[in-house]
Amino acid sequence: MTQTSIAEAIQSAHREIMRDDERVILLGEDVEAGGVFRITNGLLDEFGPHRVFDTPLSEAGFTGAAIGAAIGGMRPIVEIQFVDFILPALNQLISEAAKMRYRSLGTWTVPLVVRAPYGGGVHGGLYHSQSMEALFAHVPGLKVVMPATPTDAQALLHSAVQDPDPVIFLEHKRSYRLIREEIPEPLPSVAIGQAALRRDGQDIAIIATGLALHHSLAAAQQLQAESIDCLVLDLRTVLPLDKPAILNAARHTGKVLIVHEDHLTGGIGGEVAAIIAAEAFEHLDAPIQRLAGPDVPAMGYHPALEQAFLPNPDTIAQAARSLAAY
Amino acid sequence: MTTAQQPQPPTASTGPARTEHADETHSSPGLTNEELIRRWYQMVLARKIGERWFVLNRQGKAPFVITGQGHEATQVGTVAALSAGKDWVVPYYRDLGVALALGMTPSELMLNVFAKADDPNSGGRQMPAHWSHKRLRMVSGSSVVGTQLPIAAGLAWAAKLQGHDAVAVTYLGEGSTNQGEFHEGLNFAAVQRLPLVVVVENNGYAITEIQTKEMAITDVADRAQAYGVRGAVVDGNDLIEVHRAMQIAVQAARRGHGPTLLEAKTYRTVPHSSDDDDRRYRTREELDLWRARDPIDRLRKHLLEARILTSEQADELIAKATEELRGAEAFAAAAPDPDPTSLATHLYADSTTLPTSSPP
Amino acid sequence: MATLTMPQLGESVTEGTVIRWLKQPNDQVALDDPLVEIDTEKVNVEIPSPFAGTLSRIMVEEGQTVPIGTPLAEIQGTGEPAGAEQPSGDRPAQAPTAAAASAPPQEPMPQTAQPPTGSARGAATPKLSPVVARLAAQHDIDPATLRGSGAGGRVTKKDMLAAIEARSAPPSSEASPAVTDAPRPPTERPAEDRAVPETPMRRAIADHMTRSRRTAAHAWLVMETDVTALVAARSARKDAFRQSEGVALTYLAFIAHAVARALQQFPRLNATWQDGQLFERRDINLGFAVDVPDGLVVPVVHQADRMSIADLARAIADIAARARGGGLKLHEIRGGTFTIDNTGAFGTALSAPIIHQPQVAILTTEAIIKRPVVIPSTDGAAGGTDALAIRAMMNLCLSFDHRALDGALAARFTGRVKKIIEAIGPDTPIH
Repeated sequence: MTQTSIAEAIQSAHREIMRDDERVILLGEDVEAGGVFRITNGLLDEFGPHRVFDTPLSEAGFTGAAIGAAIGGMRPIVEIQFVDFILPALNQLISEAAKMRYRSLGTWTVPLVVRAPYGGGVHGGLYHSQSMEALFAHVPGLKVVMPATPTDAQALLHSAVQDPDPVIFLEHKRSYRLIREEIPEPLPSVAIGQAALRRDGQDIAIIATGLALHHSLAAAQQLQAESIDCLVLDLRTVLPLDKPAILNAARHTGKVLIVHEDHLTGGIGGEVAAIIAAEAFEHLDAPIQRLAGPDVPAMGYHPALEQAFLPNPDTIAQAARSLAAY
Repeated sequence: MTTAQQPQPPTASTGPARTEHADETHSSPGLTNEELIRRWYQMVLARKIGERWFVLNRQGKAPFVITGQGHEATQVGTVAALSAGKDWVVPYYRDLGVALALGMTPSELMLNVFAKADDPNSGGRQMPAHWSHKRLRMVSGSSVVGTQLPIAAGLAWAAKLQGHDAVAVTYLGEGSTNQGEFHEGLNFAAVQRLPLVVVVENNGYAITEIQTKEMAITDVADRAQAYGVRGAVVDGNDLIEVHRAMQIAVQAARRGHGPTLLEAKTYRTVPHSSDDDDRRYRTREELDLWRARDPIDRLRKHLLEARILTSEQADELIAKATEELRGAEAFAAAAPDPDPTSLATHLYADSTTLPTSSPP
Repeated sequence: MATLTMPQLGESVTEGTVIRWLKQPNDQVALDDPLVEIDTEKVNVEIPSPFAGTLSRIMVEEGQTVPIGTPLAEIQGTGEPAGAEQPSGDRPAQAPTAAAASAPPQEPMPQTAQPPTGSARGAATPKLSPVVARLAAQHDIDPATLRGSGAGGRVTKKDMLAAIEARSAPPSSEASPAVTDAPRPPTERPAEDRAVPETPMRRAIADHMTRSRRTAAHAWLVMETDVTALVAARSARKDAFRQSEGVALTYLAFIAHAVARALQQFPRLNATWQDGQLFERRDINLGFAVDVPDGLVVPVVHQADRMSIADLARAIADIAARARGGGLKLHEIRGGTFTIDNTGAFGTALSAPIIHQPQVAILTTEAIIKRPVVIPSTDGAAGGTDALAIRAMMNLCLSFDHRALDGALAARFTGRVKKIIEAIGPDTPIH
């Protein structure tokens, strides 16, 4: 029984993908030495300097170059060191990658994967802790995945690289070595756009992403002792959202709690709530609730400030308890 | 190296003096007499199409046009040094002449200005002059300036990684060289020694802003040194000079010597676009000065003096261009418009219909 | 002090009109005293006071139309049901804290959302969640009759499901709600035309009929019925019946009786189609279309199959009278499983009725007309002679939902009704 971490799973996926497909190249800051999270450790040794590239500290430049390489027939994987640093590359991602197929009527396409660690809990302060999935989920033409488990991380990276369109692949950095599991052999296939039911339940549907999913599962465990039966849905992909899975969860329970670490306002939870309100209204037994990061610029560096920002099993359980009592 | 310059409007005095490969014989290897005539005809045709676009705009038949009259020698001359269909080309909105010289037909250009469904560039989705063509390996650009530079670097990178000897060429105005992506893309290409040629069509204005408000140097090519790449300045109104400089840059790229920043000094003799009135920011005297250096007249004069072409033949070619344009316009005007129900096609590989929230 | 609010009466009802206050300010009000007469899109009802005390304030004047949940009156006193403190307004539920840990622990959500209303029957209708409202309408359960386990006594989805289970009704399907019509631009009209003001009833009928036409697969059949014997049987007894019972012995009572018996044998027509699923209903509850000024109501006679012809005559007369005069109770307009429309009373010979949703069939009884009819020879096979006779004939027209049943079954059912009617004779028991 090998327990594999998310970090190891993503690294394995790189190896498998780069062995399978010579068009795949990897680029980013410090990736030759393994990257700051050691995800790309050993890849230079195995695949050589024509497949693995350190880049200048220049997110717009190397993301744009990866877009060009993708148009030119390569399958680049870009590692952004922290998602907080992706902002200089937004012009390339939003103006170019997301619109290339659309504006050229399919003549030019961008099969690109941009990997970026996100999320807090590692004392990263304002600029190493942010969540940005909602920013990208607002951009038609992109796909946005945020796997929460080692198996999903490994399988979804395969799907992302095989995808003919640009995929933003978000990895919760606190979960890299925190979340482990035995990865099934052979590796299952996980399609982009599919949510996963992590736990069935009758009373409340908790819809979550990333590390918040694991906190939600822990909360559900707590609540079981109180006879509150929680369903837990892992979104896995936030663009496109798995509407049938979301609606099924809402219809099944009638009460919905959406949990994410990203800020509340404009967060992906609002979109999920709107889908439920529009299409499962007559199944609701309580107002849809969201538990999310507060609307402050980002989480602070001091552990007390950090903890005050983050959802955790207790706050999720408390929100679910209130919803159950409604 | 150029040091600090006094602000001055672009004049005929800037440019050719700094051409690194000036040659008094006024010829360029690879440009046969036949080829010179063909390229002059493309300049004439590009000019006529650009002028026609403005007429169509004023007649209410095209909501927006943007053209490059005055830039023809730079655009046609650089393309003349390329291997069309093999080399990657990432133009910008000024480059009607690049598209035409590369092989886009007048009919396709007229489909573009009418934003017709069959326009190969964008099928009516982008504004006119956002060039894209599969067969010509011309890659679509956005309206955000400077973003094409890293993408062109990436195309050059792909060619290099794949072991092809294709080069990538991108075009931009001098104003765009102030963007961060110009810096980032050129730096990336320099570090990786990519087969990239960056052609700066320096017409002295970023829409209304004179060059001295854009940068504190006279020659954009000076920036090349900061990246460790070759820089060259050429008289952008002299097709033969442009071709010679471009050929050197392309050959260097093809042989693995890395990027070149090629600055062509030129002038647009029309407003920035159909929405611009250039009388607000430049004098008619300045315009007349540059009209006297018109690239089409200059090459015609050379062709006549070198007895490559007679005056009658030149007139026949001009008449032929007019006729070709008329046919193309009639064809394009009658072509089908985009189908509104096609709104969501090509969003993703598997998109056919618009993903919407269905009503309860 | 307690506040009476506009109750939710019937599915899809969103507002009600105060017709008449039956008590005036400072009047003493006993529990269940008729307090106010309300007109909804469906029907007029009298609201029995859920509280005892003194009517202290009337907040909605007669003639005013207000949304469900609007406070109507305040009653001062002690006799209100325990915990019947009323909501002061319609404030939404307080959300759990958005910022997980940065805020101090919050009060549980429902503090302001649902004050306890207790479970006493007749308490003002508490706020219903969408799913509870839908289940209540689908299963004809009045949430006010349930003990709510939610915050402040709110009836939850679980409570509703338990009630449905307890009633051993078939489970509800979880299909999508109906599609709504897109708004249309107003049409221009010549000035000399008279715009008829829309009434709640007109609007409800319009909505219902178009919804029925759009959703049900209407099919239609006609069957001729010889009612000569029925005419004779009724004629012989009608005077005595009126004397003893005080109501008329109508043809409709005979026919309703026949229909109820036929439905026992054809449960597929005693059914409802809800959310894409067919439910054969245990009880036979016959609805009768009753015309009222500028409209139509369909009061229901419950468990009609347990009634005699006389019972039916009395019940139909009673609900028809009250439908026209106002004062039907809520349960008397709900729960129908099959509808009869006596269009023949107006002389029609054929009608194509629209099914009363969510039922699957509706029968019209047409005018009784004396006609020459060919009476086949009883020994037709041997080449006997057919005869011509004057008979009292009546058409039975059935509209049925082809989603739920097919033509053969519909015809067999109508044939069964016809047979029962034609078998009526002087000895047919009416009590």
